[in-house]
This record gives sequence, C-alpha cells and structure tokens, in this order.
Amino acid sequence: MSNRLIDLQHITKSFDGQMVLDDLNLYIRENEFLTLLGPSGCGKTTTLRIIGGFEQPDSGKVIFDGKDITTLAPNKRQLNTVFQKYALFTHMNIADNIAFGLRIRKKSEDYIREKVKYALRLVNLEGFENRMPDSLSGGQQQRIAIARAIVNEPKVLLLDEPLGALDLKLRKDMQYELIRLKNELGITFVYVTHDQEEALTMSDTIVVMNQGYIQQIGTPEDIYNEPTNAFVADFIGDSNIVDATMVKDKLVEIFGTRFACVDTGFGSNKPVDVVIRPEDLELYALPDGVTADSPEYEKVADKARELNPGFLEGTVTDLIFKGVHYEMDVEANGYTWLVHSTKLFPVGSRVLMNLDPFNIQIMNKPESEDEQAVSSADL
Amino acid sequence: MKKTISRIYVIFVFILLYAPIAVLIAFSFNNSRTRAKWGGFTFKWYLQMFQDAEIMGALRNTLILALLSATIATILGLMASLSLNRMKRRNRTVMLSVLNIPMLNADIVTGISLMLIFIAFGQFLTHYGYTIVFGFGTVLVGHITFNIPYTVMSILPRVSAINPSTYEAALDLGASPSQAFRKVVFPDILPGILSGFLLAFTLSLDDFVITHFVKGPGFDTLSTKIYTEVRKGIKPEMYALSTLLFLGVLLLLIVVEKGKGARNKNRKPAY
Ligand SMILES: Nc1ncnc2c1ncn2[C@@H]1O[C@H](COP(=O)(O)OP(=O)(O)O)[C@@H](O)[C@H]1O
Ligand SMILES: [Mg+2]
Repeated sequence: MSNRLIDLQHITKSFDGQMVLDDLNLYIRENEFLTLLGPSGCGKTTTLRIIGGFEQPDSGKVIFDGKDITTLAPNKRQLNTVFQKYALFTHMNIADNIAFGLRIRKKSEDYIREKVKYALRLVNLEGFENRMPDSLSGGQQQRIAIARAIVNEPKVLLLDEPLGALDLKLRKDMQYELIRLKNELGITFVYVTHDQEEALTMSDTIVVMNQGYIQQIGTPEDIYNEPTNAFVADFIGDSNIVDATMVKDKLVEIFGTRFACVDTGFGSNKPVDVVIRPEDLELYALPDGVTADSPEYEKVADKARELNPGFLEGTVTDLIFKGVHYEMDVEANGYTWLVHSTKLFPVGSRVLMNLDPFNIQIMNKPESEDEQAVSSADL
Repeated sequence: MKKTISRIYVIFVFILLYAPIAVLIAFSFNNSRTRAKWGGFTFKWYLQMFQDAEIMGALRNTLILALLSATIATILGLMASLSLNRMKRRNRTVMLSVLNIPMLNADIVTGISLMLIFIAFGQFLTHYGYTIVFGFGTVLVGHITFNIPYTVMSILPRVSAINPSTYEAALDLGASPSQAFRKVVFPDILPGILSGFLLAFTLSLDDFVITHFVKGPGFDTLSTKIYTEVRKGIKPEMYALSTLLFLGVLLLLIVVEKGKGARNKNRKPAY
C-alpha cells in the first residue's frame, strides 16, 4: 500500500463552458480502496471517466503505473469499469457477457470456460451461465457486471455508484461482498458514491468532493472526526455547525459562552466555524420552574461544568425515537441544536447542554471566494 | 343482447373489408371469361399467367425494385436514425415531424411531385448533355423516397433504446470502437433493421400510385401491369396475379408481426 498507481495531475475539465473539475490533484495507491464522495453533480463520474479514458481532460495528466495515459484509448487501459446502470449486453447470455473481454483478447475457449466459472463463483452466482440478463434481479445483474469486469484481471476496478439502484438491505449485503472481493483479488478499487455511510464503511481513503473541488482527502476516521471545513462536516453525517470566535488557544466562545477546547494555532479573537456532532452533546434536565439563581439550578449547572466550564441552556422543541437513540431539537441562543441521546427529554423540558472539550471541532472560515461559494452552495 | 349486436357489427365490418378480396380470389379460379357466371373451378389462369413473358418481366421488376429499394432505404434509415438520436430533443422532434408528413401525404401528391422533379431535373441536365429516362431508375428513386420514413420509424426506437454505456462497456473490456459497434450496438438494433426492411419491401411490392407516375412507358411492375391489362378488357389472369400479390403481402405482414411477437417474448424473464 505504498506506491502510487494512478496519479491525476492538475486535471481540469469543463462541459459547454462550465467548469466541472478545476485543477484536481489526486493519487491512488496500489491495493487501496479509494472512494470519491460528494453530492450529485460534483464531478465524481467525470473524474472516474477520465481515469477510464471515456473523457479527455482539458488540461492535466493521468499517470498510470508511471506512464502517461492521458490520451490512451479506453480499450488499451489496464482497468475495468462497473457502470452505474450495469450496462450488460442484453442479447448475450451471462456466460457470453462475462467472456466478452476474454474473447476480445483471443483466449482459448477452455480457459474462458474456467474463468467464467471462477468469476461466477466469486460473485456467488454459480450456474447462471445460460441465463439472459433480463431474467436477473437488479442485484444479480450488478454482480454479473462485476464478474464481467474482474475476469480480465485488471489492476484497477472503477465502480460508479454500483449499489445506487439497490434497496437498502441488498446494498448493505453488497457492501460486504465488495470488501470481501477486494481483499480476495488484492486489486485497487476506485469507488464513486454520494452515500457517506457507504463511503465510511468501505473505504481506506475517502476523497470528499464538491463542485469540482477536492474538499478533503483522508481515512474515514479523519474525515468523520476532523472535517477540514463546514461542507465536509455537514456532508459526513449530521452535525451542528455554528459561528464562533476563537478567543485564544484552547478557548472558544460560542453564542457568548466560553468553552474549553483542544485546538491551538488559530490566533486570538478569530472568527471560526465550530462543528459539534449530535451524539457528543450531553443534556442535563432542569427541574420545572427553577430560576437561574436558585440552588437547584446551581446543582444541575455544577454537574454540567464537570464536562466543560461553559454550558448552554435551552428547551427541547422536537423529539423522534430512532430505534437506538432519541433525536431531539434543542432551541438555545436562537440556534436549533441537533442532539442524539439514549435518554429521553420530553418536548418542552428545559435542559442544560454541554460537551467534552475534545469533541469541539474548530475549523477556519472559508477564505477565498471559491471556497466560500463551495461551502455556501450546499449548506 | 349487447354482445350479439357487437358481434354482428364486427362480422359486418369484416365482410365489408374482405368481401372484395374474396370475390377476386373466387374469380381467379373461375373457369369462364365472363364475370356473370361461375364456370367451374380451374387453375388455368394461374398457368397462363406464369407462361406470360410480360407478366413474368413485371414480377422480376417488382422483386428487384422491392429488394433494392428496401435495402437502400434501410441503410439510409439506419444512418438517419443514428444521427437523429444524437440530436438535441427539440431538433429531433422537428425532424421527426418533417419525416412524418410524407407518410401521411396522399400517394398521388407524392407521385406527381416526384414526376415533376424528375422532369425539371431532367431539363436541367439536358444543358449538360444528359437526360433522365423514366423507367427503372426513377421508380427506384421514388420507392426509396417513400420508404425512408418507414425504415426510420422502425429503427429509431431501437437506436434510442440503446444504453450508451453498453458501447462504453465494450470499449472498457478491450473492444475497438468498430468491434464494439459490431458486437454490441448492432445486435441491439438488428430487430429494428429487419422489421424496417420487411416493411419497406412490402410497401414497395404493394405500391401502385407513385410507381404509375414515375415509371414511364414500357416499364411495368405487377401493380401497374394489372392496371393496364384490366383497363384493356377482362383478363382473368390478372385476378390470379392480384391474388398472388395479395397473398405475398399478407405473408410478409405475418412475418413482420411474428417477428415482433417473438422479440417481445424474448424480452420477458426466462423463468
Ligand atoms: N457529457 C456531458 N456534457 C455536459 N455536461 C456534463 C457531461 N457530463 C457531466 N456533465 C456535467 O458535469 C457535472 C458533473 O457531473 P458528474 O461528473 O456526472 O457528477 P457526479 O457523478 O458527481 O454526480 C454536472 O453538472 C453535469 O451536468
Ligand atoms: Mg455520477
């Protein structure tokens, strides 16, 4: 997992004068499961098609295994694609579909028969040789599309939202199948999805994209725990993103209340964005009718202060049971906080709210206009 | 009660539709020159017909015309479909409407227009020492012209139903662009090509009006031959010929419909 197998250098691409990819730089290591993640229309498919050779970049280079393949025809590249809508050959049976690439390369029929059998076994569809694509379910067709690609022993498999058309249960099963396949084959996967959960489950590396720009590259843990900007934080799971001021190192002011945090190096009195995950917020119930100066209030506040010197006060305005936890809206300081908790706080109850310094994620506010446009467009 | 009435109505319509043909077929086996009486059953008109050199010449002309015009119209229709499919939706809609009008146009108008353009173009060519002779060539051009919209109508739906990523999938699996077209795209369009060809063949076989206007003297297809002979006087061989023409067209239509049915069945799940 070290050397760069694919290197995209300064790729730009526009359609009809509209910039779709702007100076994209990205490398993919051998044996890596890399996922391009982003909202619809952000340029994921275009990136994948440039790697596959179906689209030419306006400028920039595609390096594969040390060689420049920018202008190489797709049929000459050592990679195979699993297309978004399977793209099986409907007039051929399953065996002929899978054998297509091998026949083009003039392999012997004996070899082909063995390979087809092997590929079908790999995707758990043994004995499907003589079926027609139309007679298979969506999930089965998808497996055939994968089998058709991998019999050619590509170095890289490109997958464009391969599970997008499947229902939730099947999608989960297929996610594990794909991981198993990747491990069994020991090849590189470049995977495109707009589903952040899928990306987090499957990938070694996630590339978060928005409007033709790479927002962040990192492991699933990095991306989830330390999003570099508000767009990534919002896209990867539910989160509260609020304006705040970095007073000094390790101290941030949110809605007029000062909280301890662990981040340093942002300068002093600097406006920042703060990301707080809903599961990181702790709630403390205030008894009915207590006022801020009463001793009962102080008792609850003291408990809250154990976590962090600062805390906020609010009212629960909405409540949904989500199976494992409750999802609540808490109105505090004019902002509606999303809170996940295993404890129930009924609608209308007053609460104090606090969190561990460790769970306050500080981010620079976007500076350039480009970045501004990027993050405001989808928030 | 209602059912009986509707059944009678249907039978009545079918009698209206098929009685003339039934009469024609009956007369083709009538062993008597007059239409007034039934002189017994005979095959002799058929035998005479097959021995008539002019009729056989017309039959040959008709088949060659049908084959050639259907082939050329199918090729042109395929190319038109491929490029129509690439057009923006709005332009395509406009083009398709333009393509539809000749189909709805009265044959006689098409026939006269073609005749006029051949005459006009012929006069233009005389300045350069060429002439247009009305005959096989003009009829062929005429048949190709009226056949093209029909071949496009058969082929275009197939072309637009193609998932563009199957072509790319073939490239992805190592096929060259021409291999990808031959092995993946073409088989998907083939049923449309075949039914377009058969339809064009049938229409060409069947045509009288347009052929009549562009054929010139001395050249005949079956339909124009029948027309001139019947005008001259009663010739029962012509009933026999008409019967055969009817059966030929019927057979072709059955083949076209069968083909459609079989394909639809193929598209259903196999279990
Ligand atoms: N062939 C094309 N012609 C014109 N615009 C295109 C073409 N392909 C993609 N686009 C545009 O490029 C943008 C990015 O598309 P795409 O890469 O498919 O995004 P994603 O896969 O992330 O949803 C979209 O705005 C899309 O409309
Ligand atoms: Mg896409």
